[in-house]
Amino acid sequence: MTDSAPLAVELRGITKRFPGVVANKDIELRVARGEVHAIVGENGAGKSTLMKTLYGMHRPDEGQILLDGREVVFKSPADAIAAGVGMVHQHFMLADNLTVLENVVLGAEKAHGIGAAARARIVEISDSYALGLEPDTLVEDLGVGDRQRVEIAKVLYRGATTLILDEPTAVLVPQEVDELFGNLAELKREGLTVIFISHKLDEVRKVADSITVIRRGTTVGTADPRTTTAKQLAELMVGAELPTPQTRASTVRDTPVLQLRGVTVAGQGTRPAVDGVTLTVREGEVLGIAGVEGNGQAELVDAIMGLRPLAAGTVVLGSDDISAWTTRARREGGIGFIPEDRHRQGMLLDAPLWENRVLGHQTEAPAAKGLFIDRKASIADTERIMREYDVRAPGPDTLAVALSGGNQQKLIVGREMSAHPRLLIAAHPTRGVDVGAQSVIWELLKDARAEGMGIVLVSADLDELIGLSDTLVVMLRGAVVATLDPGQVTPEQLGGHMTGAVTDTPAGAA
Amino acid sequence: MRAVSRLGQSLLAPALAVVIALVISAAVMLAIGVDPFRALEVMVDFGDTPSQQVTAIVVVLNRAVPLFLAGLAVAIAFRMGLFNIGVEGQYRMATVLSAGAGAAISLPAPLHILVIVVVAMLVGAVWAGIVAVLKVTRGVSEVISSIMLNFIALGLASFLLTGPLRGSEPGASIITTKEIPESGWFPSLNGVLGALGLANPPRQLYGFLLVAVVVGVLVAVLLQRTRFGFDLRATGLSASAASASGVDAKRMVITTMLLSGAVAGLIGLPDLLGSNHTYGTEFTSGLGFLGIAVALLGRNNPVGIAVAALLFAFLDRAAVPLQIAGIPSSVVTIIQGTIVLAVVVANEVSRRIARRQAESGVAVAPPATGDGSTGGGQGPDGGPPPDGPTGTGPALTNASGAAGRTSPTGSTS
Repeated sequence: MTDSAPLAVELRGITKRFPGVVANKDIELRVARGEVHAIVGENGAGKSTLMKTLYGMHRPDEGQILLDGREVVFKSPADAIAAGVGMVHQHFMLADNLTVLENVVLGAEKAHGIGAAARARIVEISDSYALGLEPDTLVEDLGVGDRQRVEIAKVLYRGATTLILDEPTAVLVPQEVDELFGNLAELKREGLTVIFISHKLDEVRKVADSITVIRRGTTVGTADPRTTTAKQLAELMVGAELPTPQTRASTVRDTPVLQLRGVTVAGQGTRPAVDGVTLTVREGEVLGIAGVEGNGQAELVDAIMGLRPLAAGTVVLGSDDISAWTTRARREGGIGFIPEDRHRQGMLLDAPLWENRVLGHQTEAPAAKGLFIDRKASIADTERIMREYDVRAPGPDTLAVALSGGNQQKLIVGREMSAHPRLLIAAHPTRGVDVGAQSVIWELLKDARAEGMGIVLVSADLDELIGLSDTLVVMLRGAVVATLDPGQVTPEQLGGHMTGAVTDTPAGAA
Repeated sequence: MRAVSRLGQSLLAPALAVVIALVISAAVMLAIGVDPFRALEVMVDFGDTPSQQVTAIVVVLNRAVPLFLAGLAVAIAFRMGLFNIGVEGQYRMATVLSAGAGAAISLPAPLHILVIVVVAMLVGAVWAGIVAVLKVTRGVSEVISSIMLNFIALGLASFLLTGPLRGSEPGASIITTKEIPESGWFPSLNGVLGALGLANPPRQLYGFLLVAVVVGVLVAVLLQRTRFGFDLRATGLSASAASASGVDAKRMVITTMLLSGAVAGLIGLPDLLGSNHTYGTEFTSGLGFLGIAVALLGRNNPVGIAVAALLFAFLDRAAVPLQIAGIPSSVVTIIQGTIVLAVVVANEVSRRIARRQAESGVAVAPPATGDGSTGGGQGPDGGPPPDGPTGTGPALTNASGAAGRTSPTGSTS
């Protein structure tokens, strides 16, 4: 290329090794000034490592970083900031009990002081990029979208001309995503450069001017978002045809495994979080629950597991009314649980894998022997799970925190399957796992269904829901608003039901 | 061996902390005009004759027994993520009431001792149980309520001592309870010393040492090997994951506090049954607070607590010789304080290092506060999750890939 203007950011042959693994290898990246450049890649492909290199959080083992055509060496993020590179982290780093002004100024007091000059500068930034910030609002009163704009303002306040946004849309609802994209357009208009990390291909195609795809730690190509389809991008990311969640022939039997009758869970305000949900899951049936997140799915799952009290209604497992049972009794009664947030509910990160094998099955063989934990048997069974479910880790003594998301999830799935539950509650079972683990988990769910397990599948992945479910219900504001046939419905129609735009099919609750 | 290297790793931080604390203490001593080497010399000088040396060892052991029990009581709650700051009040209540009960009854020796021990454990458990009930039913932070109950316990103990349980003559300068009859005295271990060919010192080696060892073993087995212990530790590591696994959080709070209080009830007994035979205004105080330091230093592990208790007992013994040598005995307090500070810092630092190593797929040592309670410890979510909450995505992948964790095939140790 013979561009007259030098590239805003250019990476040449960046290689970064960690003990036992090459995280980045021969990365080539060319980002022009004033564009939104997306970096896409599957989980664990090395996007974050690359961005940490660019932000000075660690030094590359090989390769060069060029900003505006000049080679730079960053020893720390402070160097990167001084050179005009800023990063908006996925997890906000804000102090809730301070104001917007205080948060922005914190750590950059030298730039414009902490008084009127700082305030003027923040107002100026907010106005020129349409961030809509009020300097004196407490951060704790702000929504997620506003908090993100505070983070962006922080970076701009420190004089960044190149912004790295790490998975910025992961925490936003669709509306807020649109607002964010509006802000990005403003930044672009002012001549700033944005590097946008994402795995959401539709969004990337909407917002990016150019795309670089990373696979297994190296750049595999660039794409033009106007001419590339999401499917082509995805296949470039994965390097193979995509797995599909399609199930085989129906295995639904007559015997109900789980019946919910008018299940109601109190919410925070006056409106209940779960509002009179009635449904039935039969043996060999996958009941998919669709819905925009925050419409009562998580509370419903908690209610089935006994983690949240019922305000009304009954939960029946097989022929037993388990409404008053403890979580432990429910688990012993044959409910397996793949929680939505594995770090919060599924794992002990600072405990070895074998103890995580025991978790949730403390009272059952092979984990327990009388009142004692059977270490030997648990360790042996962990080794079996690691083998059979392809959990990649040095051994059962490894701490869970050392595993990638996909391997953690495979361990959880293996652990729950090993107890041969009658009913499996799978909340977002493939969230945050790589494509390989995803297809393994899908296969396991299909096999379990074929063996007659009843499965409640809560997911935000519409293709997964449509592909795996035998019956599909849609939750909106805590209630079941539609029961759909996954064989007939398209993702677009399903999306319409989820947002409440389509209401013509009344809830034909089973 | 993996186990050996783990042990080495887990010992490194506290050992380093002690060394750093000694260096800081030495600097403080220099600043106040005390020769640190002279002070150290006095502290390690156990006397010239075998009898003096054995006496010194007995003094250290006698002091270590209650410290060990106090550390154990604190650690049981710590392992579940509960901060039982109320050990002080629990053992004071337990000691005054068991002293009263012991003096009031007369039974054959083993039974008499047993009754005193049971009363002490019950009182300690009940006093700690108040904290648990407040937490479970009203959500009162156990830190606040246990501190407040300490004051109530001190007041109540004074009232009991001067009122209903008073045994000393009116006008006596030291007020005590009535003396426990001899059938309620715990036999000393001086016979064992003799059998070992050691000089029989004038001091009695507390027989309660054996009880403490048994309690230590029981607690270790309970925490590490049983289902109950697993539930307890799981709750300490992640309360949300534990309750999703079927642990009843409220019941767990109550049982753990009862257990912690019961052990706390034993703290005063070595002195009560071994030498004083009364509870009085001069009875050893502050053991509950020292227990927190001992538990921290011992990383909430029974073996570590034993080592920490011996170290603190050794330092305590040095107070008198230091004074005799004309060195302020507060040197001991300074060393103890800096040790605690250094250990808290070292635990947190080594926890972070271990976590970082784990996250980048290197062979993993257990994090310093694997029990998730000491120091600042970790929140219920265990710090920033390595690959974070992830979005609602299309059929493809989610989550930000923290590369370097992609294939955790790090070297095995």
